[in-house]
Amino acid sequence: VTDLTAFRDPAAARALMDSIRRRAAERPDGSDPLRLMEFCGGHTHAIMHYGIREALAPGVRLLSGPGCPVCVTSDADIDAAIALARLPGVAVATFGDMVRVPGTRSSLQEARAVGADVRIVYSALDAVALARQTPGLKVVMLGIGFETTAPTVAAALETARAEGLANFYVYSMHKLTPPATRAILDSGEVRLDGIIGPGHVTAIIGWRAWEFLPAEYGLSCAVSGFEPLDMLHAIDQLVTAIMDGTPRIVNAYRRGVTAEGNRVAQALLGRVFQPAAADWRGLGVVPESGLALRPEYATHDARRAFELPVTAGGRTAEERGCRCGEVLRGVIEPPECPLFGRACTPARPVGPCMVSGEGSCAAYHHYGGSVGL
Amino acid sequence: MSDDVILLAHGSGGLLSHELVENVFLPHLGHPDGALEDATEIELGARRVVMSTDSYVIRPIVFPGGDIGKLAICGTVNDLAMRGARPLYLTAGFIIEEGLPLAELGRIVTSMAETATRAGVRVVAGDTKVVEHGSADRLFINTAGVGVVPEGTCITAGGARPGDVVLVSGAMGDHGLAIMTQREGLRFDGPLQSDCAPLNGLVADMLAAAGGGIHVLRDPTRGGLATALNELAAASGVEIIIDESAVPVHDAVRAASELLGLDPLYVANEGKLIAIVAPEAAEAVLKAMRAHPLGREAAIVGAVNDKHPGRVVLRTPLGTHRLLDMLAGEQLPRIC
Repeated sequence: VTDLTAFRDPAAARALMDSIRRRAAERPDGSDPLRLMEFCGGHTHAIMHYGIREALAPGVRLLSGPGCPVCVTSDADIDAAIALARLPGVAVATFGDMVRVPGTRSSLQEARAVGADVRIVYSALDAVALARQTPGLKVVMLGIGFETTAPTVAAALETARAEGLANFYVYSMHKLTPPATRAILDSGEVRLDGIIGPGHVTAIIGWRAWEFLPAEYGLSCAVSGFEPLDMLHAIDQLVTAIMDGTPRIVNAYRRGVTAEGNRVAQALLGRVFQPAAADWRGLGVVPESGLALRPEYATHDARRAFELPVTAGGRTAEERGCRCGEVLRGVIEPPECPLFGRACTPARPVGPCMVSGEGSCAAYHHYGGSVGL
Repeated sequence: MSDDVILLAHGSGGLLSHELVENVFLPHLGHPDGALEDATEIELGARRVVMSTDSYVIRPIVFPGGDIGKLAICGTVNDLAMRGARPLYLTAGFIIEEGLPLAELGRIVTSMAETATRAGVRVVAGDTKVVEHGSADRLFINTAGVGVVPEGTCITAGGARPGDVVLVSGAMGDHGLAIMTQREGLRFDGPLQSDCAPLNGLVADMLAAAGGGIHVLRDPTRGGLATALNELAAASGVEIIIDESAVPVHDAVRAASELLGLDPLYVANEGKLIAIVAPEAAEAVLKAMRAHPLGREAAIVGAVNDKHPGRVVLRTPLGTHRLLDMLAGEQLPRIC
């Protein structure tokens, strides 16, 4: 485990916060705050955890994007996962956050309490191990996440196939970050001055994948790590680029990110998955924004192997008043949703943004983004 | 709501657990003075007696630094000690799953006996039930206990006052992380050991040093330091400000927490306490804690004020502030 204390040095952090505030204050009086979107839910969490958002206000306003994997999962996909877990002889394996996300009728956690087989795993390989140990059980791994987690699921699939584990399946809900960023910008709903690029995703896809931001949208992007100094350094560089008026990509996470990314992971993704349309909460169906299993893996593809209802027929989160979709697009901040902190709390979430530690509603609720500390 | 069912999160010690107690148990089984404490004071003749009970369902039943038997003694002893009481007598109930090796049960009972001796308590009554294979997970233990409160001692969850100082007796998160890493088969270079220990000796030394200055004691078990502080802030009607850099956390726990995505301030402890004391008593109490083997890493971590009753605020190492909220969901099931 890396020693990260150097990336949390308080004196260095204060110097960077001062620098950011000073630069933002160089703009003419009465200017709107600089609006920066952090794509990644890990960044949202770190920003709130370290109180960075409040510290940079009012000159810089940090907006959360759609980068929380659980949050962007659609109601239909959650209903499908629950339907799978209810099938006799089928166990659904998933990362922990997912079990609490409400579908149209219930969550995986509620389904588990009345007998559905839901297993929480820390890695897709744990699900492969479960399939190996229990040959009579069909194990379906829920493939959630962006370019970062998809390679681990791909590796698990290759392992399962090499071992001839016919009882291991993947229900892929994997999504790609650049197409989602485009979708938000193309909608024109929210004015942005710059993008804080997702560090772990970019470690896989390489920072060149973001070159369309300056080239096509005239926006700067600073790729950031997840420690407080990483984030403050990236924001400082991003604000500098914005004030210069020369849109560019800044790699502010050099210890993890290169121009071309991780070619081994990219090759692995290419062997197992192919780009496909994906259903995003908040963005709808975005072409070429998801990963589907390639035809060679059809026998392991839960979307083909099992008959699944389109929906459980209950009310979607949106129909219950949830505004996660607008939160995920950066159009509103969580406290602007009428359910926030009242009908919707971490103990009784209405929408997924209140469930995940990376969800912006949960982060606001947990860390007091609305109490003006 | 009638088709709602019990979720694992109802047992997490967080918000859903509180709702369950408030909505289901208290209306029927509550006692009139209402305050929710680790142990309840009852009058028996002239003696001030406290009573408490707790059930232990931890998996695995043997873990680094302890086992379910040691935990079952420590947990109830500590609940009594958190009222400033001297724990005296315990009962023990065993629910055993068919198939548990007798030798394993023997080792756990031996461990209970050793821990009881160390804590100076006697187990005076017991019960055994055996259930079919699959109806329980190996072994569940319930203990209940009574203790007596020394003259002049008044320690309650609602006792914190503005100006008071908040101390912890040592590093946070050891127990929960030891269980979690054991369960997940993770190995770390540093030893990750449960802190499971009876705290009554430490409490006695603190009481002797404090001159009546200890207002609140609480052992931060499920839900960790953050959840316990929220309960205390609510019960006392005060705001508590904690300095994150001052809270001791062992390096191995910090590393394991980051790997598992957990916050050590929300992870259970079984051999640590929070003390909220009058400012003039703080140094003496800290000194007494550090002089005791279970309080060597004790530290002053925060202060009490009257600004926003019920709120807990964390000052981060960067000098920024944020809420330190209660645990909402199921972070780590079956760790005690």
